[in-house]
Amino acid sequence: MHEENDDILEQVTSSEYKYGFVTNIEADEAPKGLSEDTIRFISAKKNEPEWMLEYRLKAYRHWLTMEEPTWPNVTYPKIDFQDIIYYSAPKQKIAPKSLDEIDPELRETFEKLGISLNEQKRLTGVAVDAVMDSISVATTFKEELSKVGVIFCSMSEAIQEHPELIKKYLGSVVPTTDNYFTALNSAVFSDGSFCYIPKGVRCPMELSTYFRINAANTGQFERTLIVAEEGSYVSYLEGCTAPMRDENQLHAAVVELVAMEKAEIKYSTVQNWYPGDKEGKGGIYNFVTKRGICAGDHAKISWTQVETGSSVTWKYPSVILKGDYSIGEFYSVAVTNNYQQADTGTKMVHLGKNTRSRIVSKGISAGKSQNSYRGLVSVAKNASNARNFSQCDSMLLGDRCGAHTFPYIEVKNNTAIVEHEATTSKIGEDQIFYCNQRGIDTEAAVALIINGFAKEVMNQLPMEFAVEAQKLLAISLEGSVG
Amino acid sequence: MLKIENLQARIEEKEILKGINLDIKPGEIHAIMGPNGSGKSTLASVLAGREDYEVTGGSVDFMGKDLLEMAPEDRAKEGLFLAFQYPVEIPGVSTTNFIKAAVNEKRKYQGLEALDAAQFLKIMKEKMKMVEINQSLLSRTLNEGFSGGEKKRNEIFQMAMLEPKLAILDETDSGLDIDALRIVANGVNQLRSKDNAFLVVTHYQRLLDYIVPDFVHVLYNGRIVRSGTKELALELEEKGYDFIKAEVEAANA
Repeated sequence: MHEENDDILEQVTSSEYKYGFVTNIEADEAPKGLSEDTIRFISAKKNEPEWMLEYRLKAYRHWLTMEEPTWPNVTYPKIDFQDIIYYSAPKQKIAPKSLDEIDPELRETFEKLGISLNEQKRLTGVAVDAVMDSISVATTFKEELSKVGVIFCSMSEAIQEHPELIKKYLGSVVPTTDNYFTALNSAVFSDGSFCYIPKGVRCPMELSTYFRINAANTGQFERTLIVAEEGSYVSYLEGCTAPMRDENQLHAAVVELVAMEKAEIKYSTVQNWYPGDKEGKGGIYNFVTKRGICAGDHAKISWTQVETGSSVTWKYPSVILKGDYSIGEFYSVAVTNNYQQADTGTKMVHLGKNTRSRIVSKGISAGKSQNSYRGLVSVAKNASNARNFSQCDSMLLGDRCGAHTFPYIEVKNNTAIVEHEATTSKIGEDQIFYCNQRGIDTEAAVALIINGFAKEVMNQLPMEFAVEAQKLLAISLEGSVG
Repeated sequence: MLKIENLQARIEEKEILKGINLDIKPGEIHAIMGPNGSGKSTLASVLAGREDYEVTGGSVDFMGKDLLEMAPEDRAKEGLFLAFQYPVEIPGVSTTNFIKAAVNEKRKYQGLEALDAAQFLKIMKEKMKMVEINQSLLSRTLNEGFSGGEKKRNEIFQMAMLEPKLAILDETDSGLDIDALRIVANGVNQLRSKDNAFLVVTHYQRLLDYIVPDFVHVLYNGRIVRSGTKELALELEEKGYDFIKAEVEAANA
């Protein structure tokens, strides 16, 4: 019975990565390796002001004093930071002044990924910033957004056009010295997205950034900053893919969110970096620091993530609940298959009074993968009446994978109520047989059961992405179940 | 429609079915009765294709096709339906969506277009009346928190939606109160036609008061030891299974 089960599991999880193509495009690259010269090269390429270069160098010098963390429940060979290209930009003949001038090859790459850079075609009303390797290649709907005062542009552009905002907020939530990878990111980040929602504005469309790693041996270090002023609202989505390559590539991003009084930021991620092949060769190392601060009273930050890609993931989107009555949420589905490893979760830091947080984590492991939830709920001394509810569910497909839960709870105020629930389950043979008997084959049955399991999280995604994410879950587990 | 010849099956090392012969024609209702452990549920499971059981001999022809060669989902799409004795729960999946997926899989197999939401809802409304099931139950997660009666009614509702050629009811009466039993039986009676057939597996005669079988077979120790009409069921009710056991023992002695 077990063997049969594993056989079907095997079949369902052995599908190939669909976004693994490489675009043949000339790139403008920095020499391999990391030094102050590399950083000066990147800064010069981007015509950055002196203060930005100083920011980077300071971060780099601090990074040199730090050690790579070893506490996550993942194993991977030591990264040779001198063997990475830190800057790679698709060469375009001229800097595109409008969307029509974008290199057709680039345009085609994004079309293949289902991202249209053509505003007329984009009827769904989603503004997109497309980032290839180290730079942003296009941002759509800029003009329409600027009419209501929303700034949505690449980080490079923001440094040039809105230095006062960048100086004020960059590193304000995630300091350069926060951890090994934030220091590295702060030194070498090349692009990313910047969003600014002015006071009282409800952003009229979904904002989205699509990240693509294309060049070989290249690391992607993007930087995203979202600032929502008092009483504003924005929903933001990021997607990520990469070609299939035998070597591992590093992706170390930093995302910072700032929500002022009564502002709300909804941040959704559909992460589908190349996970490596069935033998565990290749794939992206996804070492990301994401953190938001509810700076004002009644602010709300909500993280939703669907993580199916990367060979190793290390990521804890967090919320600092500083304002009174502020709310933090974290909804996560993490799927690991074959030899993938994920150590992911969240931190909810309750500082203000009457703050609330909610954590719903659904881990699905198949193949020989390892899937860990790691979460911290902390309630400070003055954070009276803080509430947290955490639900961590794991589902195992087959008996060669692992699911782990590491919840940390630190409560310093006795009015706090912190609840944690956890379950682990396996897809039952009898569930699959029941579906089979109704004419639903095993693969479709697994997709159905998995989507049911993850439903609470999927429901948080914007509608059109939810459909994509559902398909992605099914594809990620194809060939793995029974 | 269904022709079973000398069917033998085991689970792990234990022989359960030791040579079953059964011939079911369109329009007929057959009842399989027998004491606990006689192999009734095994027969239902083997016909539906549950992998826990290993078929060690015999053949099953289902409308001209070799049933035993087919995957469970193909048997279903060919028109074989099993109403489960213990329907499973699938958390997070709504009953309506589940049935819609099943109906559309079958339609795809038959080369028909998938039903859209409006068409599906219309058919659903008709069938809901048949088994006296309400919308709120169908909006809930599949079988989760359903009472025993609700689960069984849901099975019959799915049967109504899928319109099988051959429906196997595996102890559908177990755990039902008299009202639920009547509702389930009414559903079956409304669905029966000259083109479909039913195989009703039951321990008690009670269900057969409502679903009147054309033939009754008594399964004992992996074999059909007696066949007859509905009077046989009444005889069993009166005398219990012991007299059958005694007969078989005597014949073997």
